[in-house]
Amino acid sequence: MEKKEKKERIGVYICHCGGNISDYVDVAQIKDIVKNEEGVIISKNVMFACADSNQKEMIKDIENEKLDAIVVASCSPKLHLHTFRNVALRGGINPYNYTQVNIREQCSWAHSDTPKEATQKAAGLIRAGINKVSFSEALENIEVSSTRAVVIIGAGVSGMRASIDLAKMGNQVYLIEKENSIGGNISKWKDLFITGQKGNTIIEALGKQIRELTNITVFTSATIEKVSGSLGNFIVQVKIGSEILNLKSGAILVTTGFDSYIPKEGEFGYKTYPCVITLPEFRELIDNSRETLIYNNRKVNSIAYIYCVGMRQTKGENKYCSRVCCTTAIHSSLLVHEKFNEVQAYHLYRDIRTYGKQELLYERSSKSSDIYLKYDEKAPPVVEIAGSKLLVKVKDELTKRQELVLETDLVVLVTGMVPRSDSRQISALLKIPVGNDKFFNEIHPKLRPVETVINGVFLGGSCQGPKNISESVQSALSAAVKINALTKNPTIQLEPIIARVNFDACIWCGKCAEVCEYDAIHPLEMYGKTVASVNEAVCKGCGMCTPVCPSDAIDMAQYSNNEIEGMIDGFLEKVELEKAEGTSAPGEGEDGNTMKDMPQIWRQLAACLDKESKTIPALAKELDLNPELVTYHMMTMNKYNLVEADGLDDSDEYYAYKLKNLPHVEN
Amino acid sequence: MENKQIRPKILVFSTDKISDPGIDQAGLRKIHYSPAVYVISLPCSSGIKPRWILHALKQGFDGVFIAADGHECSYSPKCPDLTNKIIEESQRLMKENNINPKRIRMAAICSVCAEPFASHMANFTKILAELE
Repeated sequence: MEKKEKKERIGVYICHCGGNISDYVDVAQIKDIVKNEEGVIISKNVMFACADSNQKEMIKDIENEKLDAIVVASCSPKLHLHTFRNVALRGGINPYNYTQVNIREQCSWAHSDTPKEATQKAAGLIRAGINKVSFSEALENIEVSSTRAVVIIGAGVSGMRASIDLAKMGNQVYLIEKENSIGGNISKWKDLFITGQKGNTIIEALGKQIRELTNITVFTSATIEKVSGSLGNFIVQVKIGSEILNLKSGAILVTTGFDSYIPKEGEFGYKTYPCVITLPEFRELIDNSRETLIYNNRKVNSIAYIYCVGMRQTKGENKYCSRVCCTTAIHSSLLVHEKFNEVQAYHLYRDIRTYGKQELLYERSSKSSDIYLKYDEKAPPVVEIAGSKLLVKVKDELTKRQELVLETDLVVLVTGMVPRSDSRQISALLKIPVGNDKFFNEIHPKLRPVETVINGVFLGGSCQGPKNISESVQSALSAAVKINALTKNPTIQLEPIIARVNFDACIWCGKCAEVCEYDAIHPLEMYGKTVASVNEAVCKGCGMCTPVCPSDAIDMAQYSNNEIEGMIDGFLEKVELEKAEGTSAPGEGEDGNTMKDMPQIWRQLAACLDKESKTIPALAKELDLNPELVTYHMMTMNKYNLVEADGLDDSDEYYAYKLKNLPHVEN
Repeated sequence: MENKQIRPKILVFSTDKISDPGIDQAGLRKIHYSPAVYVISLPCSSGIKPRWILHALKQGFDGVFIAADGHECSYSPKCPDLTNKIIEESQRLMKENNINPKRIRMAAICSVCAEPFASHMANFTKILAELE
């Protein structure tokens, strides 16, 4: 693990990023500073490091100068880490002997107000990158074989829809359903917004497609007993009655859905008074009633809907908004108007969240006889019985909290989605983390919304949070595409950034195995002693095991002590800048700054324009630059009032540009 | 700690998936913070070794800030507890080396926490400037 030999032929590329970096950081000076660093053979400024032409130059440098590592100081690694790892690979060096240094998001942009200090910081960041790469090790991706089969847990609309696409893409699909029939929640629902289709019609259509695809096998009344293996080769043990099946699959898609919130006894009169029901119970009542709405042998002439029951609780368990309940309640209210005559509806709400097209429903409801009354969470409505009357007292926020007493025949508690009662069990079997809201957690809600930290385990539908049907299907289909991208190849490459053990130093105390969430570390007998051994295919590379080791015998690839401590030392090395300013802001030219303070390319362009005006193609040709690059810089110089248009050229095709307000030109 | 009089140097440990994108976003939105803030990104805050913290403080950083994922950590719900233990161990080592334990701080920073990050940096810079 602790690599002793340092890299000796390092190439450093410092990017202008047009002017995004070089407008604030004196990249030319940094290039000169770092060229003398130990092990650095090449130090270059590049206009756009990610440009294809520059990538080719870097490959040439690697080959010609026999570089053994490279550093690119440019934008965030989130954008171009893999671009430059590929450049390293194409040049013939190991992609993990490459380090990207973020001098844009975490330097030039963050410190655009202090260019001198931004330049100093950039120098420190790059030195840290050089130190890190000098200790970097050549790592090989971990290659695992993959089975072209997928287990989908949960045969609701999300699981069914994903199973069809995965099967059509050539995967064997095992669709596992705990209940005795497929379809999940929506098979129980009738009229659905926006399409007006019946839930069971959708399920029947999906079921027909599933039956027609011979590579989908559906198991109902089936439970997951055990999951072993890892990405590419999971073994999912399924119990159907007394029979146990071991299904081999390359990936697993979890589409287990949600439960509806069930109010506690007495919560808004639930289970205390007979005419208080939840929204799902109310939907069932609407679906099963004909001509007249009757509940508890009594005709329903008025309904009070109480919103946000069990949701958005500042002090309770469910702090989140369930998103779908406002729309479902309003849709139900409109259905009641369509199906039964003269039913008065009171909507007691905190906020109405009918986002997107669902707002149309709210508009329709608002224009009907429905009455909306806004209450505050601190003063919720109170449901009471007075003789034979069911009363709801509410303090209306929009009329200065005046208390209104509504006499009503039915109270509908607008309840939302909660995680399934068995989600803990699924989480334990698959080791998927759950969030504060107890729904399953994806890696990143925006950037990696259907992946979990467990390689090969994906999420779809409302098991990761409240979603309506279209959102559930979208996420399940997104997961299906991600899964197919993995399973379509017979082998899968995994990043080798995982924990490694120094067997000489390891004394097997078991602490690393204790903290590992993924059961990736086990004792191993080796040369007469017990040491920790890391299962490469299971380790997630979190590094949790590393700080707990009393003998510092375990570390993470790319995050060794040498690399991290080398970075710290690099940040702190003293930087002597030649002049006080960094690259000055271009608009300061009129105040006396010289052209020397401007990016090199501006000086070149200004020199070309010194005697006569020229067009962009002419400038590009003269300086042997990409015309798009010249256009970018001419536009920027124009913005800062340094050049101006000088009429069309002789062919009336291009504008010529001339110098304007240029500070003293030094070349 | 030679620049302490002007700007205390702060080493930030961020996380690749959650807090580092938040710090990037501060830059993207040109939300300025001290240029004496340097960031090392790791997969998870529970993988920070106390020896790195001690090394940073001994070599010249004035403070270490852990931009953790908190309960949003995608690796483990135990992450906040494990990170707390790392801080406790670090503070023990700091005391042994006569370093004020106030020189280490932690806060949960998520991928959209651009302003909170800048604000934490401003506060920590102020705290460190007032120490000694």
